[in-house]
Amino acid sequence: MKRLRAWLIRLAGLWQAARGDRELADEIASHLQLNIDDNLRAGMHPEQARREAILKLGGIEPTKEAYRDRRTIPLLENLLRDTRFAIRQLRKNPGFTSTAVVVLGLGICASVAIFAFVDASLIKPLPYRDPNRLVGLFEKVQLCPQCPLSYPDYLDWKRLNKVFTAADAFEGSGFSLRTSAGAEMAGGAVVTAGFFKTLGVAPVLGRDFRTGEDAPAAPRTVILSYAAWQKRYAGNAAVLGQTVTLNGDANIIVGVLPRNFHFAAVGPAEFWAALHTNANSCYPQRGCHSLDGLARLRDGVSVRTADANIKQIAGELEKQHQSNRGQGGAVIPLTELEVGRIRPILIVLLCGAGLLLLIACVNVTSLVLVRAESRRREMAVRAALGGSRARMAGQFVTEAVVLVSAATILGLVAATWLMRLLMGLIGEDQLAAMPFLYGLGLNLRVLVFAAAVAVGAVALFSVTPTWRSFLPDLREGLAEGSRGSAGTTWRRFGANLVVLELATAVILLVGAGLLGKSFYRLLHVDMGMQPEHLATLRVAEPDSIRDNNAKVVALAHEIMNRTANLPGVESVAISSLLPVRGGNTMWIRVLGHPFHGEHNEVGYRQVSSGYFTTLRAKLLHGRYFTEADDASKPPVVIIDRALAEKYFPGEDPVGKQMAYAGATSPPMQVVGIVEDIKEGPLDETTWPTMYVAYSQDPDDHFSLVVRTSKGEHALLPTLAATIRRIDPSIATFDPRTMRDRIDNTQAAYLRRCSAWLAGGFALLALLLGAAGLYGVIAYSVSRRTREIGVRMALGAQPRAVYRLILKEAGWLIAAGIAIGLACSLAAATLLRGLLFGVRAADPGTLAEVAAVLGVAALLASYIPARRAASVNPVEALRAE
Amino acid sequence: MGNQYGHMNDKTDVWQGTLALMILKTIETMGPLHGYGIARRIEQTSGNLLSLNYGTLYPALLKLEQEGSIASEWGVSENNRKAKFYKLTRAGRRQLQKEARDWQQATAILARFLSPSGDRA
Repeated sequence: MKRLRAWLIRLAGLWQAARGDRELADEIASHLQLNIDDNLRAGMHPEQARREAILKLGGIEPTKEAYRDRRTIPLLENLLRDTRFAIRQLRKNPGFTSTAVVVLGLGICASVAIFAFVDASLIKPLPYRDPNRLVGLFEKVQLCPQCPLSYPDYLDWKRLNKVFTAADAFEGSGFSLRTSAGAEMAGGAVVTAGFFKTLGVAPVLGRDFRTGEDAPAAPRTVILSYAAWQKRYAGNAAVLGQTVTLNGDANIIVGVLPRNFHFAAVGPAEFWAALHTNANSCYPQRGCHSLDGLARLRDGVSVRTADANIKQIAGELEKQHQSNRGQGGAVIPLTELEVGRIRPILIVLLCGAGLLLLIACVNVTSLVLVRAESRRREMAVRAALGGSRARMAGQFVTEAVVLVSAATILGLVAATWLMRLLMGLIGEDQLAAMPFLYGLGLNLRVLVFAAAVAVGAVALFSVTPTWRSFLPDLREGLAEGSRGSAGTTWRRFGANLVVLELATAVILLVGAGLLGKSFYRLLHVDMGMQPEHLATLRVAEPDSIRDNNAKVVALAHEIMNRTANLPGVESVAISSLLPVRGGNTMWIRVLGHPFHGEHNEVGYRQVSSGYFTTLRAKLLHGRYFTEADDASKPPVVIIDRALAEKYFPGEDPVGKQMAYAGATSPPMQVVGIVEDIKEGPLDETTWPTMYVAYSQDPDDHFSLVVRTSKGEHALLPTLAATIRRIDPSIATFDPRTMRDRIDNTQAAYLRRCSAWLAGGFALLALLLGAAGLYGVIAYSVSRRTREIGVRMALGAQPRAVYRLILKEAGWLIAAGIAIGLACSLAAATLLRGLLFGVRAADPGTLAEVAAVLGVAALLASYIPARRAASVNPVEALRAE
Repeated sequence: MGNQYGHMNDKTDVWQGTLALMILKTIETMGPLHGYGIARRIEQTSGNLLSLNYGTLYPALLKLEQEGSIASEWGVSENNRKAKFYKLTRAGRRQLQKEARDWQQATAILARFLSPSGDRA
């Protein structure tokens, strides 16, 4: 306690040096005066009295020195003095300092920001108990390696497995929520009763579902998300026991989830209802695949063991049930499901940011070296005067610390800004699928990462100049007057650094080029429709009519007719699901073809008669649906080219009949073939797809597609308002243009983010690489001014001088590009999973990158070459 | 500083660590006192057997003050000179008692070892 107090006072003493000095001087003066008085009284001569007093004190200066050491902390005081000196030195050279700080700051900014994303998604554990022991359960069929389970299969898996302590099922689903203003769609999920127990999440208010609360006869109960509790109930604790009407059923609110709870698989669900497997739902059927499984592994059981166990159970079920044929199982770690999609991108971006940081460090290192080079003489003089190497090295360290600290602060500030920018770039929709990103921020781990980068940079910037300064004997520096050979040594070293920089820039440019091309190709993939000027809106008809097909169809027609009359609307159609989303599938058989119960799985859409004309799809053969294809007529079907080629090879499908795989399914006549439409994800090959007439096979949930002559954005609110006027209990949601939908598909946005970021990194790398090259060539020119002067005096033409300088640069550029291209071939394999429509070793991209970098680098070396060629020989010679 | 204090070689130097104790005891006995007075008093109490560079007193005083054992204040000396006076704080008084006790114990033990009779039984 006593010691601590003394230390704190000494620490404070650092800032009160002047006052302390004055007080000490006064005290010593008073001491001497008292002593002199005594001496005089003892009869001494005044002169002698003063001399004796000073002697007795032990000298004035030594006393002050000893006192000062005690007053503050000498080591710290030295450090402070060194730091002040370093800051002064750096301020004397603002060009060097600002360049170094900004360049390094950029590198730190990029790497810290990307690391923060890596931290939020890959490092920070998910907000569940022992998240590493949680797995997702899926069925695995040919078209779909991670497909939803049927409820009976889930029950069998749960009963038969030997690897889980608990297994539950859930399904993300929108609820049509009844509010005072009518109907509204709200995000939600249905879960089996043990779901939250399995996750290890307890409600902050109220209770969890009780065992058996998901039985068909149990009263319906629901748990609110924290956000829904705040937004819809103002955080009122009295919400427990209230009822809320979801999809027409009254649910009792029993609990509220914690604020930090998220579950990416179902997005931002507001209502978590207990699953009810009523007879009129499709849950009891083995062919109704709509649930995802969640399970907790037993202690000591690996994912692989669990996967084998589930596959074995699925195999037995295949033998028992005809509908399970071709259906395997898959157990996948939950962490993998939540962050697996974003991981490859983050790793690529982290590598990119790392490379940018490398270039920045190399750039600053060469700046630091040039500076050290110009101070070799100063160092030699100091060494000759007895300055210790440690003390001189200490100065490099202090300067590096000051430089890196400034750059780190700049980098951190810029990184927070960049993180905000990136979050904006990702957009609300995608954030809903990646809720863990809301935890993004400069937390302790990110700061430790930044500190580690900073420490590394300090080491680099203090070791290299120290090493360079002490490598050849210092006397040499003094003797040769710091010209000539030292310059040559550095030139060679600096040249190596530039080759490294250029090669790194090539790698980043190639990566950005490949990602950019992938993004472009993806957006320009043939969609089989014209997505411009389409407004879309999802619609849920009132629950009161959902079991009456005639009413459902009538209301759908009413909605289409009303919207078709809006100004600017050219045509209107509906489809059960919008393009680029994937979704529902059916098993089919072709009548007249041999059939042994194979699962011929095809995409499935219920569309109105105007669907294909509204999308401007291309009819290959036959006809579109007409208004006449209604429930009173025999069922008709339109197929796409992929389905025709796969299931009707070498024949004309129009006029042929097909049916669903079930034995009782009525035959449907094929009336038309359309060119493939991108109904599934942009980056996947088109599934064979069948279209049935909405009037013959209606659905109370559908999407409205409206083609306008102009202003599809402005039409969106009008659409919703128009529908609300028909009946306020119709819920509409997710109003978006088709272009917006396509741009925000996962395939597009992942590539957009990575292409933009990698492009930004590559551009910076190009600039830094060119700047580095410029620095080396300019330095070389300044060292060779005399040589060039001699050459020109002897009759060399400016052209020869250009050749001299550009040749030097050309070698560096060529080496940089060659090494870079070789490395980027290896690096591009890392990108393979993100590429679309372009190979990892794309000759076009490689050539373009080589050309861009070559031109930029030649420009950068042209400037010093021009300076060299305009050297006045007389002045150059006189300057020496 | 070389050998300029050679004429004091017959005196004993102040042992490390004992100076603080001497200062505290001196202030306790004399009441508030300035640095010069404390130095003179220590020399006199030792019967002029101790050689003390008065300068070494000041870092020791500063250390005691930083540790809170003494407090200082500017005042006027008996012969009307401005001087900084040091006085004992309550913590200083406690420290003095404890250190005096420790010191007495240590010297008593050593004295037994060094007593000519060697009578330790």
